[in-house]
Amino acid sequence: MELFPLIWLGASVLAIVLLSVFRPNRHITWLVIIVSMASFAGWASLPNNPGIRLDLNNDGKREIDIPIDIRQGLDLAGGVQILLQADLAPGQQLGAGSMDEVRRIVSDRIDALGALNPVVQKRGENRLIVEIPGYQDTKAAIDLIRQTALLEFVECPANVPIQSMEGKPVRTDYKEQQALAAQTPGATPTVALTPTLAVSPTPDTTGTPGALPTAAATPEPPLCHTVMIGSILSDAQPQRSQTGQYIISFTLTGDGSRQFGQYTAAHIGQPLAIVVDGVVVSAPTIQSTITATGQISGKFTLDSATTLARQLRYGALPVGLTVESSSTIGPTLGQISVQKSVTAGIIGIVVVLLFMLTYYRLPGVAAALALLVFAVLNLAIYKILPVTMTLPAIIGFLISIGTAVDGNVLIFERMKEELRRGRHLDLAIEEGFKRAWTAIWRSNLSTGIICAILIFFGLSFSAGTITGFALTLLIGLVINLFTALIVTRTFLHFLVLVIGDEALMQRHWLIGL
Amino acid sequence: MFNIVQRRGLYYLISLSIIIPGIVAMIYLTATIGTPVRLSIDFKGGSLYTVKFQGETSETAIREVYTRFGQPDAIIQRLGPAGDNTWEIRAGAFTPDQQAAVKDALSTLAPIDTSQSVFDVVDPAIGGEVTTAAIFATIAAGVIILGFISWAFGKVPNAARYGVCAVIAMFHDVFVALGVMAILGIFLKWEVDALFLTAMLTVVGFSVQDTIVVFDRIRENAPKYRGEPFEVIVNRSMMETLHRSLAIALNAAFVLLAILLFGGATVKQFIAILLIGLTSGTYSSIFNAVPLLVSWDKGEIPFVNQQNKVLA
Repeated sequence: MELFPLIWLGASVLAIVLLSVFRPNRHITWLVIIVSMASFAGWASLPNNPGIRLDLNNDGKREIDIPIDIRQGLDLAGGVQILLQADLAPGQQLGAGSMDEVRRIVSDRIDALGALNPVVQKRGENRLIVEIPGYQDTKAAIDLIRQTALLEFVECPANVPIQSMEGKPVRTDYKEQQALAAQTPGATPTVALTPTLAVSPTPDTTGTPGALPTAAATPEPPLCHTVMIGSILSDAQPQRSQTGQYIISFTLTGDGSRQFGQYTAAHIGQPLAIVVDGVVVSAPTIQSTITATGQISGKFTLDSATTLARQLRYGALPVGLTVESSSTIGPTLGQISVQKSVTAGIIGIVVVLLFMLTYYRLPGVAAALALLVFAVLNLAIYKILPVTMTLPAIIGFLISIGTAVDGNVLIFERMKEELRRGRHLDLAIEEGFKRAWTAIWRSNLSTGIICAILIFFGLSFSAGTITGFALTLLIGLVINLFTALIVTRTFLHFLVLVIGDEALMQRHWLIGL
Repeated sequence: MFNIVQRRGLYYLISLSIIIPGIVAMIYLTATIGTPVRLSIDFKGGSLYTVKFQGETSETAIREVYTRFGQPDAIIQRLGPAGDNTWEIRAGAFTPDQQAAVKDALSTLAPIDTSQSVFDVVDPAIGGEVTTAAIFATIAAGVIILGFISWAFGKVPNAARYGVCAVIAMFHDVFVALGVMAILGIFLKWEVDALFLTAMLTVVGFSVQDTIVVFDRIRENAPKYRGEPFEVIVNRSMMETLHRSLAIALNAAFVLLAILLFGGATVKQFIAILLIGLTSGTYSSIFNAVPLLVSWDKGEIPFVNQQNKVLA
């Protein structure tokens, strides 16, 4: 099956060449196009489709690697969905790009949970939607997302080249103690938010636990000693120094002044690293005793200085986030619903097919075949786009199947009227398709516009369910224009050709009259 | 030819016999809970816990837990058969900490099967915004449908009549659906959520389309059968399009009925509303919109100018 795309591509090219050489009538041309589309869609909608993965030059690396999978929505897969909003004071404006930064940071934090395919997206100007499939602990996820950045001032063992480690991770004894406390039963889970551990400045660096041999040789980040944490800062602002470099000036709290003063007085000439969420931001050398205010100099640009100052003020998130809604969905509930709904849908479709066959006979056969083409085309598009399949999305698809025959009904009713008026079969078919066209595109247009409104409405807040329903319905409408008109007409043409129109004119029951 | 239009009085009566109890139910709900239909947490915020216990428990025991968290008025209902031990609990919003605590407290009644449970919490603040968005969506859809109708009938004599009748049929469907939701809201505590709105807008779109198809045929037939009474032309047009209307409604109904009967419990309300709307939409096109045209033509509608005949 992995070779299918190549075979298909070859066959399609061959078909195009043959069509352009022989120039057959439009029915044959359409039949070739339909068979080609339907076979590809049929392959793509196979449940265990291998995807398009081709190793063209046999070097063991795939040049083309496109997975074709059904993307399950949270209501089917189970998991946690959280809608967050930027916590703004009245009149406060979000800086440009702030929300993108929030999204990036939250995304990093959620990735740390190790869930498969988590989603973190912006919704509107100041909202964020987070989806974590297969996860159940909503409170832990919310705590993780809203956690403010942990700012630490650390002192590293002399053998750690801390001043050349900007952007690299370090371990700190404070953080490791926190992690240990969090794992201990009965420990307050909000430790990271309100640190209770009193860190006293220790001028003595000898005997730092777990001093490492050489940082470069070990894959594990070096362990450093936390001297102070971010709660000692009361403000931080980006500034330009007299030499034109960007720096960050900070103000300390009363308590912080004392601690910082004591420590810096004892460590002049030594580096003091600034670590945010376990990553070294800069490691300036202490040049004088720092009490009330201080400066951090480093290789800053305006952007990076602004970002760091903000991180120092608010933690890593540029704004606080409030939880607007959360949904904790058990994984099997959705599965049961899907199985039931799919079974139900298949029953419904079989009834629709039977109805079309008994009511319209031969044209009904063409419509039924066209409906199968409709179904595989839809499934293939859901997988290729991809469309996130939620329960309402599945229902939207099932309803679009129920209404996909609308076009056929309009056409066939017209056709029967023309036949009753004594038209010949060929002409009646042509007339039926021509006259019904206006009604079909009109009805598809009005439903299509309503779908568009619903998609927009659904996207404006988190109701992914509405978007899913409207999207599958809309896709169904568009594909229906093709299947109801072109596919059905082509199939009907060949059915009439096979049976013979004289035979049909004598057996009116075959055409549903 | 079978004369459908003749018994129009009966059709209006049937419609009213559904709409009036619905309006009464809406008045009753407005008086008791302040809104004509029960609003879900999508619109007013709160919490909805669909919880599957692994053993027997009782409404009293669950209420006791919720009362401890300051929610004595929670709506507690069994979902599915008794042996299923699945409950639906609607209450006010919780903070993440409270939510975890409620979960823990409930699991002391009987172990909770989290894999088959859903806990939704919506902050009341966003509910207002969702409501605003919903109202905008409804207005936008209404404007588009009206625009569509006026575009479809703009150049016909007495265009306004067609338009008004189509719009009346549309309101018929809206009132039927809202009324049924109000009645079910009283007896089964059904709530209007974002999916209800989706179902309504979808169905109204289908319904108006249905009306337009019949009206289109009347317009086409009117010049062909000049001299026939308007009523006969209307009836003829309706009979000609009846197959199409019924076939289309039936096909959609087959699929919906199958899902309603055999599908999962979580989408039953959504499907039910779609089915009710679809039935109402088909009914209102055939038995309200078209007979109304005839009533108008014959001057049967009180207070409306009786001089203008539809037939141009």
